[in-house]
Amino acid sequence: MQMPDPNPAILARKARIVERLRSVLPADAVIEDEMETRAYECDALTAYRCPPLAAVLPSSTEEVAAVLKVCHEEGVPVVPRGSGTSLAGGALPTADSVILGVARMNEVLEVDYADRVIRVQTGRTNLSVTGAVEEEDFFYAPDPSSQLACAIAGNIAMNSGGAHCLKYGVTTNNLLGVTMVQMDGTVVEIGGAHLDAGGLDLLGLICGSEGQLGVVTEATLRILRKPEGARPVLMGFDSNEVAGECVSDIIKAGVLPVAIEFMDRPCIRATEDFAKAGYPDCEALLIVEVEGSPAEIDEQLGLILEIARRHDPVELREAQSADEAARIWLGRKSAFGAMGNINDYMCLDGTIPVSALPYVLRRIGEMSREFGLDVANVFHAGDGNMHPLILFNANEPGQLETCEAFGAEILKLCVEVGGCLTGEHGVGIEKRDLMVDQYDPVDLEAQMAVKDVFDPAWLLNPAKVFPLAASEGRRSLALAAE
Amino acid sequence: MRPESEAELAEVITGASAPFHIRGGGTRAIGVTTAAEVLETGGLSGISLYEPGALTLVAQAGTPLAEIEATLAAEGQRLAFEPMDHRGLLGTLGEPTIGGVVAGNVSGPRRVQAGAARDFLLGVQFVDGAGQVIKNGGRVMKNVTGYDLVKLMCGSWGTLGVLTEVSLKVLPVPETAATLLIDGLDEAGAQEVMSRALTSPFEVTGAAHAPGGPGEQPLTLLRLEGFAGSVAYRTGRLQDMFSDLSIRVETDPDRVGALWRWVRDVEIMQGTGGDVWKFSVRPSEAPGLLARLRAAHPVERVLYDWGGGLIWVECAPGTDLRPKELKGHATLIRASEQTRLNLPVFQPEPPALATLSAGIRARFDPRGMLNPGIMT
Repeated sequence: MQMPDPNPAILARKARIVERLRSVLPADAVIEDEMETRAYECDALTAYRCPPLAAVLPSSTEEVAAVLKVCHEEGVPVVPRGSGTSLAGGALPTADSVILGVARMNEVLEVDYADRVIRVQTGRTNLSVTGAVEEEDFFYAPDPSSQLACAIAGNIAMNSGGAHCLKYGVTTNNLLGVTMVQMDGTVVEIGGAHLDAGGLDLLGLICGSEGQLGVVTEATLRILRKPEGARPVLMGFDSNEVAGECVSDIIKAGVLPVAIEFMDRPCIRATEDFAKAGYPDCEALLIVEVEGSPAEIDEQLGLILEIARRHDPVELREAQSADEAARIWLGRKSAFGAMGNINDYMCLDGTIPVSALPYVLRRIGEMSREFGLDVANVFHAGDGNMHPLILFNANEPGQLETCEAFGAEILKLCVEVGGCLTGEHGVGIEKRDLMVDQYDPVDLEAQMAVKDVFDPAWLLNPAKVFPLAASEGRRSLALAAE
Repeated sequence: MRPESEAELAEVITGASAPFHIRGGGTRAIGVTTAAEVLETGGLSGISLYEPGALTLVAQAGTPLAEIEATLAAEGQRLAFEPMDHRGLLGTLGEPTIGGVVAGNVSGPRRVQAGAARDFLLGVQFVDGAGQVIKNGGRVMKNVTGYDLVKLMCGSWGTLGVLTEVSLKVLPVPETAATLLIDGLDEAGAQEVMSRALTSPFEVTGAAHAPGGPGEQPLTLLRLEGFAGSVAYRTGRLQDMFSDLSIRVETDPDRVGALWRWVRDVEIMQGTGGDVWKFSVRPSEAPGLLARLRAAHPVERVLYDWGGGLIWVECAPGTDLRPKELKGHATLIRASEQTRLNLPVFQPEPPALATLSAGIRARFDPRGMLNPGIMT
């Protein structure tokens, strides 16, 4: 993955830039030592690393504004960072950039149960937002797998999803307002505890813009009352096609499960070896979870099981207790760990129309043989968001490149059948150069025009989202203007 | 002008020298534009894809909403955001289009639980002010590929581009619906009841209150939807929660449907003579805001929806009802053209946001060809 060459003029001015940053922040909030900046050299896409020029850890919106103003005046790129859990390289620094970490901003500013909102500083982790409202039986719905660690700032930047978004939506559907600092230090308030925008939907535009339009320091989030209960059911099928049809029939029947998770045979076997959840050895496995009171759950599961039986399942297992429910989820939740136990793996994130599922799985199997790398599929079937895991050996020269080439082909396949490159992880640097497979130049131009408005000098989170060739004119123009 | 294809629309805009007033069905024209020439989208009509098992529908922007709703109903599905029909309130004729619903981000009572039009919009294709055909999003439910221009287009009232195609997430129609009716609550009391209902685990999909309902008596409505057994169970639990109140339960499908159309389309303000404002506010602040509005101006009719998050207010023609300090926003939905020229229809934005919005408009419509002035 190519990154632009660092600007030598900025590297040469490091001492002055650090001095100016120190003048607006407490002493312990500026990190410039080359050993210490290493801690920020990558996010969860660890194949790519580059220590930043410096890292800053502001504690308030005012400090963020002061930092951005300095960087704006100095023409220094800024890479915003939540908890650094991006799988797409969304927080990968460049050598001439300042990492702006929001980790110290983790306060709950307001909880209002009657109006069903919480306001937090965005360095707060996803799970601890739910933690702040749990005692009153409320929760924050988006639940990315990294929720223990990932920050709300990153969730907003990537418009994160999770396993339960079939029913509750993704971040953008649960975000009501933000305080955002623009690159020049201007602080703006967008939205609030009310619904919908008065003018253009700038909130919708900012969510998912990968930290390229501004740094979001505070967020008003929708919280929901927890359902009375939830219960999963496990079903095994002897073909992916049949499992796919079953998903479609469940959805058509008017049941809206909170989650429909799908695992294929390679994934089932790997997780079974690892977690011993007692999954059947079959082609495809579905975990369907519904919510409500015990009687409501019985009613929904009755219908779901009736549909499943029409598709000749090799296994149907209904959880009769909390323990059995946990065992049903055990394998699914261990899937990534199980893969890591076998080998290095790359996790993809394309979305496809649910109807294309059998075809796409068949094609991935064929490609797996062509590229000579194994792949296991685990994903959110209800919304078509796939997570193929390609296994490779990073120590063997050339395997990472083969794996990336294979991954790119899978994502192009997702686009070809009417889907998209990324359902919840974001583009980052990982899928940046594939954007031309999904969008025509004119479509990318429209998106880049939005960045021109928010960040005319293109300093925020450089070299992400847009192919370098597409953004080159703008970046070099901004450089010349400096 | 009434182009019959996207290509023709792009040509028309590219070649035009004077701005257009863009019109779908012409039923929701709330803003005022300086453009003289009408550009109709009705020629771009038809459902291009519908996959009930994937909960997705793709249609050309000029497709009549009625056609889409009928197609969905045949498969037991619907647009869950429950788009309002503005014709009764605004006294307009014509056939609402799906493009108009999207351009205005038009939702209904279920918005409080299920989300707004913007939350169900998966993808758009549009012609911008320079005549370029641009697409964003797609037809899948989870998509974070690049910036979300889908949300930006939704509610932009045609000022950034003329929509040509939209894809939407649809949902199944629940087996049954019931409505709890509570008489005689004052506004603060009703707001509290709605809030308690919405913060219960019982998935209330509508919470509205009319201080002057049918017969000029206060009426509060709570809606439950789902499988029959579940709706019956939750109805009982809500009755237990509000055991100190006298509650009637309506389960007849036609009457439940009529009650929520009455809320959705603001029927109490249909055919009356006043101006109509729509406020989006923090729900618990709604009664207080109304008290302030009443202290400043005579207020004729009021309807709370979204548990108090949405308030419809009717007042004497020409009244500038919008308070100076408003947390939320107010839109002037119905008024004479003169009033709409005198008072901003949309909530004026703070300077920094106005600069951003103006910047975006300048990029998407550099020549000011599309509905100029309609939102500002």
